[in-house]
Amino acid sequence: MSGDFSLWVYLAKTPLLWLTVTLTAYVLADRIAAATGRHPIANPVLITVTLVGGVLALTGTAYPVYFEGAQFVHFLLGPATVVLAMPLYERRATVKRALVPMLTALAAGAATTLAVVIALARLLDIPQPVLVSLAPKSVTSGVAMGIAEALGGDPTLTAILVILTGIIGAILVTPMMNALKIHDMRARGFAAGLAAHGIGTARAFQVSEVAGTFAGIAMGLNAFLTAILAPLALHLLF
Amino acid sequence: MIASLALILLAQLVGEAIARGAHVPIPGPVIGMGLMFGFLLLRDTPRFGLPRFLPKPLTDGTLETTARGLLMNLSLMFVPAGVGVVGRLDLLRAQGVKLAIVLVVSTALSLLVTVLVFRAVAARVEGPGRDGES
Repeated sequence: MSGDFSLWVYLAKTPLLWLTVTLTAYVLADRIAAATGRHPIANPVLITVTLVGGVLALTGTAYPVYFEGAQFVHFLLGPATVVLAMPLYERRATVKRALVPMLTALAAGAATTLAVVIALARLLDIPQPVLVSLAPKSVTSGVAMGIAEALGGDPTLTAILVILTGIIGAILVTPMMNALKIHDMRARGFAAGLAAHGIGTARAFQVSEVAGTFAGIAMGLNAFLTAILAPLALHLLF
Repeated sequence: MIASLALILLAQLVGEAIARGAHVPIPGPVIGMGLMFGFLLLRDTPRFGLPRFLPKPLTDGTLETTARGLLMNLSLMFVPAGVGVVGRLDLLRAQGVKLAIVLVVSTALSLLVTVLVFRAVAARVEGPGRDGES
């Protein structure tokens, strides 16, 4: 018994175990998502996080220990963002043609998100520090945390709200667009990337490469615009 | 494969350096995306003759395959951060229901306004009858 335990202690301390758990859970989640025909509710991020979260809770593993292994996966977010240049480059003619609709939708979408968040938060009496953490929630997490911190919010809370927003957006986008009978994959993707950053972009790539390309652009542009608009909006309204 | 990864990391590294050095509110990897785009443009402009000087994997489609492999599994990369959320859901407890309402309503409206404005402007610019490349 003590032999088994020391094996566990050894494994639990190496990055190998949690990296393997993360990848295995993802493969399983992806199989589940594929089996449902990529149904929006069967979101691979949500399923994997639930599986891994369950394993951590059952084994009493602390998050920093898990992250030792998972950091290798986390690290790939940067390179994955860089290679968004690839579909963008391959479809640059399509993107160039859609420049005016894109920039208009960007301005309208970013402003709406901020206005709705601030209005709802005031309506529901959400305290100021939480509101500040909430404002940049549609932006990719690194930038969102920076914005929240600069404005006096809680970056950890922001990171949580950003991830939840991404999952909510990725689940909502397909049924909403189908209900609206919008078949333009450029518009669908752009909306997904603007409202739900990288998780929305991941979803968009599952649906079509055109949607994914436009989602990636929206994610980048919105990070830039919200970083400028969020402080302005909070100043104006308080 | 290694040459492709090295190029991707290099673009990110330079992007991070620019982001930090110039204090711009754009994430380093997004600047790296711009740099990678610039590289692809230069590579495919015949009069620069760049491919002669580049390692083969950067010109024979390996770079493209590496990129596609990463993008197809973008969901995976949000898992470590997502698992962190599970551990900190206590932060949401005090305002949980209110925050859930704000998140769902604002995300839905954000999607709605963005897609409708995009379509409305696209219809004006491109004329009727065109519905984008679906």
